[in-house]
Amino acid sequence: MKPAPAGSFCSPLWRDRALAAAAVSELRRLAPAAAARAGGQINLMEVCGTHTMAVAASGMRGLFPKELRMLSGPGCPVCVTSQGDIDTVLALALVPGVIITTFGDMLKVKGSGGLDLNSARERGADVRVVYSPLDAVALAAAEPSRQVIFIGVGFETTAPVIGAAVRQARKAGLKNFSSTAFFKLVPPALEMLLSDPENKIHGFMLPGHVSAIIGTAPYRFIAEKYRVACVVTGFEPLDILAGINILLKQVISGAPRVEDEYFRVVSAEGNLAAQKIMKEVFSLSTPSWRAIGPVKNTGLKFSKDYASFDAVKRFKLKYSEAPEPKGCSCGKILLGKALPPDCPLFGKACTPANAVGPCMVSSEGACAAWYKYGA
Amino acid sequence: MTALKKIVLGHGSGGRLSRELVERVFLKSFSNPSLRLLEDAAEVKIPGATLAFTTDSYVVTPVEFPGADIGRVAVCGTVNDLAVKGARPLALSAGFILEEGFPGDLLLRITASMRRAADEAGVLIVTGDTKVVEKGKADGIFINTSGLGLIPRGRRLTSAEVKPGDAIIVSGNLADHGVAVMNARDRLGLRGGVRSDAAPLNGLIEKILRLPGIRAMRDLTRGGLATVLNEVSGACRLTAEVEEDSVAVSPAARSACSLLGLDPMYVANEGKIAVFAAPGQAAKILKAMRSHPYGRNACIAGRMLKEKKPLVRMITSIGGSRIMLMLEGEQLPRIC
Repeated sequence: MKPAPAGSFCSPLWRDRALAAAAVSELRRLAPAAAARAGGQINLMEVCGTHTMAVAASGMRGLFPKELRMLSGPGCPVCVTSQGDIDTVLALALVPGVIITTFGDMLKVKGSGGLDLNSARERGADVRVVYSPLDAVALAAAEPSRQVIFIGVGFETTAPVIGAAVRQARKAGLKNFSSTAFFKLVPPALEMLLSDPENKIHGFMLPGHVSAIIGTAPYRFIAEKYRVACVVTGFEPLDILAGINILLKQVISGAPRVEDEYFRVVSAEGNLAAQKIMKEVFSLSTPSWRAIGPVKNTGLKFSKDYASFDAVKRFKLKYSEAPEPKGCSCGKILLGKALPPDCPLFGKACTPANAVGPCMVSSEGACAAWYKYGA
Repeated sequence: MTALKKIVLGHGSGGRLSRELVERVFLKSFSNPSLRLLEDAAEVKIPGATLAFTTDSYVVTPVEFPGADIGRVAVCGTVNDLAVKGARPLALSAGFILEEGFPGDLLLRITASMRRAADEAGVLIVTGDTKVVEKGKADGIFINTSGLGLIPRGRRLTSAEVKPGDAIIVSGNLADHGVAVMNARDRLGLRGGVRSDAAPLNGLIEKILRLPGIRAMRDLTRGGLATVLNEVSGACRLTAEVEEDSVAVSPAARSACSLLGLDPMYVANEGKIAVFAAPGQAAKILKAMRSHPYGRNACIAGRMLKEKKPLVRMITSIGGSRIMLMLEGEQLPRIC
């Protein structure tokens, strides 16, 4: 059954079956003890959409004992972007003559009118997928007669790159480049969950990519103030199993702290250069979270110094929040209060081809992951 | 069924939407027993012989990329569509739609590359057609090739013949073609030397067809292995179960896919096939494949199983399991 040894195929250490089997048997031993301490059921949250996908793609859920529940958190960039912000993006796309540049997974997110960037193309919108916002700046330089708008959404992972692009556009004196700044911040989002009196999360698997930027220090309040277990985790199956076991041990010992399983990438202080760019280009904002609403100081907007690059201001467009689709449970799912199959629409009225809520639209959404991989 | 409203890019992805387009438009208009099988090539019976007949259009940006070009892919794709039906390619046609302004030396490079691929496959391009359209009405060059092949007496390869217990053999590393094209098209600057695998596989296929036990073969083009397994599972009403560790993906292609958020099981190949073979014969067939240059990395990736609800399942590296659905629309690179 094994491929030819001479081939270029390798079985990376991070998905080694024997190591995984050892980690799973440890997990099965730890989970009941942790659940006993937590009152019968242990709820761990993978904060990041990439973790949600990795958990589902590895098929590990079927290996977990029933006392352990993995919840998906508010860390999927598309999922948490509010309906009003999406409507604003679509309105920008329909401004005559502009070029919209975006990461690929924004293409299929529907506005409240049912339109998405993909179908806006049929109405004449010029929408281009780029892999880096710097490509959008290069495009603006190459097309001086057109306004180029980058659709900036996401967390601390994307904000510094877009900040760097904006800085470069200013340095080059480009008057035809702008971006949206619909950024959200992970630590305040977690505080938002923790301050809910109904919170039942016993441990957070913290996002590897975001933590590579911000470091591990900003999470300390979770362990210290809220006494909830924490581990920064990588994205390979073994990373995730190891991360879960670290959380279970913290719950059993009753001594929560911020551990770093992903230390091959993440340091305590994070990426200082990226943090500096964020501080320079952006300032704290009160963004609207999908299905949750506006929460003070949980996001980033352009700082005063860079306000002229704000596409929303430049084109004087801002849409107010539209009501959430009827019956959609995305809000509860993003808060870890429900799993996708608990939603009455899941797999019936709501599928990836015909998504009702954002958790089904985004490839990293919890509903899309459960649907795609049958988790 | 209602008519389709509008064609979207996903209708060309090879996944579920493509299937819907075929069923709701082409099958509706053209329905006949040959077409209804929806295989890579159709069987046409004439007195004394069975022919295989296929056609395919090729659209790729850029037209040249590491390992191949649109011409090589246009020849190999059609040769392979014939070969997986067990046919020996007899002749090809080549139709060109050229955009005004297309460079002549590039066209000559493409046709020379087609000639080399055809020579390698041992087939001649015997007829052709050219149309030139105004600038802006096409994207440089579109190529259509059709192929005619002879299916030797007694050979019958079809997905419906696949039986419970059959082995699924994959002929080598997946995802190289799709990754090479994407890297070149979007100038991603990914290093690691991933090259398109485009190759005529009729030599490899002739070699293994000397052995008994092969029930069906499919080439793993658009939509990748996952899409083909879904189609075969649907045709024979059996579950296809593959092991993640037994499907070869080069480290460079795997890193590129994980960086872009793509699943290598759904990425296109132009020189790989899946063979469905009786379990007792699989080891011999595998050995024969590995002794051919285009099958060196072949491996038994999984098996077909009789289950109440047939589906496509992957046993993951860590021993978990997940399903693999038809692709929904296009695979989109993700935000972070």
